[in-house]
Amino acid sequence: MNARTLAYAVCAAMVICAGPVLPQGFSGLGQDAEGFAAATRGTEIVFPEDHAPHEDFRIEWWYVTANLVGEDGRDYGAQWTLFRTALVAGPDSGWQSPVVWLGHAALTTPEAHFVAERYGRGGVGQAGVSGEPFEAFIDEWRMAGPNLSDINIFAQGSDFSYDLQAVADRGYVLQGDQGFSVKSPSGEASHYYSQPYYQVSGTIRTPDGAQRVTGQAWLDREWFSSILTGGQPGWDWTALHLDSGDKVMAFQVRGADGGAFTGATWIAADGTATPLGSDALRLTPLRRTEVAGREVPTRWRVELAARGLDVEIAAVNPGAWMDLTVPYWEGPVRVTGSHQGVGYLEMTGYE
Amino acid sequence: MTRTALSALLSHWKRKPFQLLTFVLGLALATALWSGVQAINAEARSSYGRATDAVGGGAGEVIKAKNGGPMDAALYGALRRAGWRVSPIVEGWVSVEGGRVRLVGIDPFTAPQTAAAGAAIETGPSEFIAAPGRLLAAPATAARLRTSPDLPPVIDAPEIAPGIAFADIGVAQALLGLEGQLSRLIVVSDQTPALRSLNEISPDIERQAAGSAEDLARLTDSFHLNLTAFGLLSFAVGLFIVHGTVGLAFEQRRPVFRTLRTLGLPARRLIGLLVAELMVFALLAGIIGIGLGYLIAAALLPDVAATLRGLYGAPVEGQLTLRPIWWAAGLGIAILGTATAAGSSLWKIARMPILAPARPRAWAMASERALWAQGAAAIGLLAVALIAGTAGAGLVAGFLMLGALLIACALLLPLILAGALRLAQTAARQPLAQWFWADTRQQLPGLSLALMALLLALATNIGVGTMVSSFRLTFTGWLDQRLASELYVRAEDDAQAGRLLAYLTPRSEAVLPIWNVEIEIGGAPAELYGVADHPTYRENWPLLSALPDVWDRVADGSGALINEQLSRRDGYGPGDDVPLPGGALTVVGVYSDYGNPLAQVLISPEVLTARYPDVPRLNYGVRVSPDRADALADGLIRDVGLAEDNLTDQAALKAFSIDVFDRTFTVTGALNVLTLAVAGFAILTSLLTLATMRLPQLAPVWALGLTRARLARLELVRALVLATLTLVLAIPVGLLLAWVLLAVINVEAFGWRLPMHIFPRDWAILGALSLVAAGAASLWPAWRLARIAPSELIKVFANER
Repeated sequence: MNARTLAYAVCAAMVICAGPVLPQGFSGLGQDAEGFAAATRGTEIVFPEDHAPHEDFRIEWWYVTANLVGEDGRDYGAQWTLFRTALVAGPDSGWQSPVVWLGHAALTTPEAHFVAERYGRGGVGQAGVSGEPFEAFIDEWRMAGPNLSDINIFAQGSDFSYDLQAVADRGYVLQGDQGFSVKSPSGEASHYYSQPYYQVSGTIRTPDGAQRVTGQAWLDREWFSSILTGGQPGWDWTALHLDSGDKVMAFQVRGADGGAFTGATWIAADGTATPLGSDALRLTPLRRTEVAGREVPTRWRVELAARGLDVEIAAVNPGAWMDLTVPYWEGPVRVTGSHQGVGYLEMTGYE
Repeated sequence: MTRTALSALLSHWKRKPFQLLTFVLGLALATALWSGVQAINAEARSSYGRATDAVGGGAGEVIKAKNGGPMDAALYGALRRAGWRVSPIVEGWVSVEGGRVRLVGIDPFTAPQTAAAGAAIETGPSEFIAAPGRLLAAPATAARLRTSPDLPPVIDAPEIAPGIAFADIGVAQALLGLEGQLSRLIVVSDQTPALRSLNEISPDIERQAAGSAEDLARLTDSFHLNLTAFGLLSFAVGLFIVHGTVGLAFEQRRPVFRTLRTLGLPARRLIGLLVAELMVFALLAGIIGIGLGYLIAAALLPDVAATLRGLYGAPVEGQLTLRPIWWAAGLGIAILGTATAAGSSLWKIARMPILAPARPRAWAMASERALWAQGAAAIGLLAVALIAGTAGAGLVAGFLMLGALLIACALLLPLILAGALRLAQTAARQPLAQWFWADTRQQLPGLSLALMALLLALATNIGVGTMVSSFRLTFTGWLDQRLASELYVRAEDDAQAGRLLAYLTPRSEAVLPIWNVEIEIGGAPAELYGVADHPTYRENWPLLSALPDVWDRVADGSGALINEQLSRRDGYGPGDDVPLPGGALTVVGVYSDYGNPLAQVLISPEVLTARYPDVPRLNYGVRVSPDRADALADGLIRDVGLAEDNLTDQAALKAFSIDVFDRTFTVTGALNVLTLAVAGFAILTSLLTLATMRLPQLAPVWALGLTRARLARLELVRALVLATLTLVLAIPVGLLLAWVLLAVINVEAFGWRLPMHIFPRDWAILGALSLVAAGAASLWPAWRLARIAPSELIKVFANER
């Protein structure tokens, strides 16, 4: 046992929606929303207030993935994530705060994948988020700017760092039913909105040196108190930037019985977002790669028949394994087929 | 052949079971005392190591406030945001039954991976962090913590070092009254490049090497060295016994050896058999000794632990864990001891000519030359002691001096006794008296080892006794100065304190506040007191050294008084600045503070209340003429409603202080008695073995007409004479020892230097005791002599070998 295990227990609840297998003894954590608010249909999402933490919810995250191209013409990916979880309901201030923050950062090159993880307790200035001017931080990592449409993103690990400027010229996209996103047949849900329109420029550093990069980024904001139902061992999630200007968010929560609960949003080039029904999406694994001793699908067929989408997504680096307290796979993908483009793929619960 | 030889060799022990018992018991006693003391030391040291590891992850660096005090907790966020990977710690003490416990608040999310962090997780994050939180402690410590109703639930965590409790940092801050403050920050080993330097973030903090187990070990070194010295002494005394027994057993078996050799047993095989025999006995004695040692350690450890906790704030519980290393070390020391004691005997057997005459008496007779060599060695050792005493510094030099001195005196003993006996013989006129002295002289070599053991034990007893008694005398006198107020009162709350003051002010000469907080100086607990500007202090306070305007400077808030312990421990003297929470103050004086285990600082009450606005203002000393003290006490109980428990008169406080003092020396006293017991046993065994060998000497005297009863009485007198002579010699040696203890060892070990007083009455008691011991030891041999069959005596003439 060590300090990491505590964090494991804590963050298991957070990454759960990313669906890892919960350690025994904590599998109830995601379900027990006592003292916390539940996500409810019809709650209006308001900016900039909803950029800030929701203290009455148990779990929340600020999740950025960026598809980047270097001056050398190669593809890169960057991830910046801040999770908030409350052990019990209560205000996040002072040394007795029940809030725990967890940061994940990753930088992916075609050959290498760098990751780092940070933990911090709430209420003492080590980690936190404020709405406007926007700032999300844990330790020296930060995502900050005058507002959430104009932010600087910085993180570093022992062997990498990145410093990116991300600007969006359009509004936020509400996922699901006006920001109410259902995650299971039994109705567990979250509040969920995205900003898929960031244009990014900046610098990445690896042991090979610094590289100027440009590209596009996608922000996901999600908060909830209880989402997991027993027997959902993992999930696959992808967000795609298509060359046509359309964007796609698609996910499936895999059931223990082999079935899956799916959801998708089609974001047209003009910015109108359409949630697609739970049977609109077909995700088919095409090739598996052995990563960290497990078989992980790193090439998928993604079909949204209603929108004429039939593409293959393939990992830029199949070895994009997030070897952290709760391990999972996350990295940039290339899109080919009926549409061309780039995107990000996250897969959890592969044992 | 081997089997026959072995049974021939072993038959000796069958015929002399008492000799075997002596051998095994002597070795077992020596091993027991040695391994018991080692066990105590090992237990304490392992506690320190575990304590340090548990807090700091074993290594690395910390960030602390430059002034040594607590830091603003906001620094943690600032440092983390600047890229410093640090983990916050808040530390302090909680007082519970059986002594204070170190409370360490950790942040389980950033703490280095340690036993404490692991236990925190097993507790469950919500329970550990969310109010009321949990305390984690080793079972013995947890049991003490549970006696306090104000603490959060306590969870047993056997992997945590004893004497320490862990809690989440938020919980610990609240328990320690350190909300919004940190004691230090651990610098985690895998740092990423920091964005800003430490100095940019705050000029008041600095990076330091983490305190290690060595810090505590250094603080407590003197104490352990004291114990080790006692253990070593006991072991040495025990070895005297073994040496005597082995030597005797070998000499008595010379005819057997001779016979075996002439029958064709090779010398090498004979030596091999003897070594094997000794090793078996040594193992047996070692196992018994370890068992006894465990019992001794288990019996003494609670007192040792209490002393260590009190004196140094060292996290030790009075619970002994059995370590395999003891078994190994105990057996090793037993075998080593046997080898040392038997080495010369074996060497002699190896070189013995096959047809050498069997002369048991030869063993008992040391040649003149050996005696002189012994004297030369003693003089060499005295020179070593002199050099260590004058040129050396510190505890090790002190003990070196002590050791050399004691051994030198022990080696000189036979020389001096021989001289004294020669004088007596010259002075004797009667033939019987002349024979008595001559025979005593002749017996001296055989008894000298036992007498040396007795000398060591007596000298130690006198030395340590003189030290403790001197200490006690000084201490009592000092208490009279120090406890000047006639009554000491404690209010339940501020309201009652107000009523108390209103009641007392018109009825007493003065009411002096005694307000204090517990702080930490140099990582050890300390007391910070506010004292009023009053003649009570100016006239009575026992200052050792001071600046000229000492009391004025305390009164105006610019100066602080510190006790001798703090001065000696951290090297502060008048004129130096002592770091205190809220800023350093100049030391304006040092006072003696005997019996107080803690460092102590006195400042003006105004400064104390400015720095600690919440300091409880409940304790007061009351000056009143002694004849009115009782009436005033009654009045306080009747009119103000003060609980009787909250009112202490001078006498009760003095009794309590002396009790604390006495407990500090419990262990010393216990070891003292054990050492004396071993020495007494040594005399008994020596006399018993000599008794059987001395028949050839006694038979002629008996044949000349002296009755057996008369002979037995003479034997008794002889033992008493030798014991008396040894005692007389032990007194100067003991006083020398006392001086070294008071002037060198005590200063290092406890931080006090004391004047030496002499207690002849104690010597008389000790003398009587040792005479009783020697008399009792010689009683049995004398009784056996008185009852010996005349045929045995006649046989002497018949059996002349």
